[in-house]
Amino acid sequence: MSDYYNNLAARVRERFGDRISDCHVALDELNVTIDKDCVLPVCEALRDDADFSFGECIDVCGVDYLEYGNGDWEGPRFAVVYHLLSVEHNHRLRLKVFLDGEPPIIDSVTGIWASANWFERETFDLFGIVFDAHPDLRRILTDYGFVGHPFRKDFPLIGHVEMRYDEEQKRVVYQPVSIEPRINQPRIIRDDHRYADRMTEGESEAEGDSANA
Amino acid sequence: MPEIKNYTLNFGPQHPAAHGVLRLVLEMDGEVIERADPHVGLLHRGTEKLAESKPYNQSIGYMDRLDYVSMMCNEHAYVMALEKMLGIEAPVRAQYIRVMFDEITRLLNHLMWLGTHALDVGAMTMFLYCFREREDLMDMYEAVSGARMHATYYRPGGVYRDLPDAMSQHKYSKYKSKKEIDKLNAARSGSLLDYIEDFTSRFPGYVDDYETLLTDNRIWKQRTVGIGVVSPERAQQLGFTGPMLRGSGIEWDLRKKQPYEVYDKMDFDIPVGVEGDCYDRYLVRIEEMRQSNRIIKQCIEWLRANPGPVMLEDHKLAPPKREEMKGDMESLIHHFKLFTEGYHLPAGEAYSAIEHPKGEFGIYLVSDGANKPYRLKIRAPGYAHLAAMHEMSEGHMLADVVAIIGTMDVVFGEIDR
Repeated sequence: MSDYYNNLAARVRERFGDRISDCHVALDELNVTIDKDCVLPVCEALRDDADFSFGECIDVCGVDYLEYGNGDWEGPRFAVVYHLLSVEHNHRLRLKVFLDGEPPIIDSVTGIWASANWFERETFDLFGIVFDAHPDLRRILTDYGFVGHPFRKDFPLIGHVEMRYDEEQKRVVYQPVSIEPRINQPRIIRDDHRYADRMTEGESEAEGDSANA
Repeated sequence: MPEIKNYTLNFGPQHPAAHGVLRLVLEMDGEVIERADPHVGLLHRGTEKLAESKPYNQSIGYMDRLDYVSMMCNEHAYVMALEKMLGIEAPVRAQYIRVMFDEITRLLNHLMWLGTHALDVGAMTMFLYCFREREDLMDMYEAVSGARMHATYYRPGGVYRDLPDAMSQHKYSKYKSKKEIDKLNAARSGSLLDYIEDFTSRFPGYVDDYETLLTDNRIWKQRTVGIGVVSPERAQQLGFTGPMLRGSGIEWDLRKKQPYEVYDKMDFDIPVGVEGDCYDRYLVRIEEMRQSNRIIKQCIEWLRANPGPVMLEDHKLAPPKREEMKGDMESLIHHFKLFTEGYHLPAGEAYSAIEHPKGEFGIYLVSDGANKPYRLKIRAPGYAHLAAMHEMSEGHMLADVVAIIGTMDVVFGEIDR
């Protein structure tokens, strides 16, 4: 399986040349990183080229690298990750685009895959990543009138507001949260355990990844 | 001539046919849908964010609560992602148990779907029949995990424990006669495998019953044939997976195409539809139930013949036995470390997908080497399906919307996450 993906990676490199900043296979998965300026042409080619024919956009999601590795992440803060699937060739591809700026802006791929519509709305809602030329960029998962983007790492887990029914006003009201944040188990990064070297290959490539970005 | 205006209809979120908390804003021209705008998120609990704040094992229970009618399948995708990152593989027996319970879960899910879908469309009997069978299936869940629904049974490195040798018995009470209780307990006299085998021998007959009630039923056909037609090209464009994609005639099943666990050793077929309408998707799911039954039978046969471990012996991942902890300091430390700090994944990322009863359920995991996920994204099949609501219902009547929601098999636990 890995051979197949190495082969596919070579074809992707050949096809897109310097438009991709990184292309590697880890854990039998093909990871491709591209610049945000060439999202549309690359996606269109990935869908239409007979070699790739990624007819399905399985998922689009955001990642916020603000606290990655205890905050020593040096690349751009956000990434949009596309998971593509080709039913025809039975292969997958993960496309990654790093983004900076406030708000981070990227071209929408709804014109290429219709399924991206809601996935992009969700990414906008949770991470505040704006998809340019999206036909209907509204919030989707959070409440009507919600403020902020809850999956960003600087958004507290307990949130900013809570709601309750107010007997006097006869309606639901919002008020600042009354609970305290609680961490039962601290977040610890270790690399001295027995599984740490299982992915040395992937890890070194992940480092190369951040260097490229 | 009076002027006829379009009007907007608010469907749900407390509508019984909305399958939970779907709010649909329908723009109608008379009784014809012009625009359907689903408002989701009423059940959003931030599962992905919660998982980021917990050691890996503590999130397995959250997975049950995503799609709360196919619990173990959700767990499966999650533990598979963990195993992929750790580079471990569950013992073969555990893989067979997982496959068996995945298929039991598929039956649970499809029975729930069939019962409620038929109820929405007007066949009350189906609901009662399907829930009768679900009761037996949930007893199987209970036998292995102690919980009827939210099992938390799969663990990275295997399953929590081996299949039990005895089933729990119904107790005599004043509410039921002795004869009735004895009848209930008769099937439960042997091991869990006996109980499941008894069920698999009865189940094809039940599916025949359902088909007698629905497949050639004139009303059922009038309500489903030609409703919500999706062409194969559009189905791919819209990100459909699972029965929704197969209903449109594309032979795509991860169990066959990208086999995981021991699915490559199983003998089963993939049903596909022709027209891509609600009726075809119904036929696909019905046939899937029969195929699941076949897979379960094959698993039972193998599991009977091959005892063995169901969990890795590695105490960095699997807790040591309680007896060992009483006398062995090392086991005690392992236990303590595992249940407080948990284990660490190497830095990197992985996507693992399974053929969930509703479609492709995927877990995208990003780790920076900590004891908690850095980012966990849950790819819920129902999310992509519901997104196609407008396209599938445009031009149909209001009553067809109910049939279309039913055929999508939406569950809000997974859509809203």
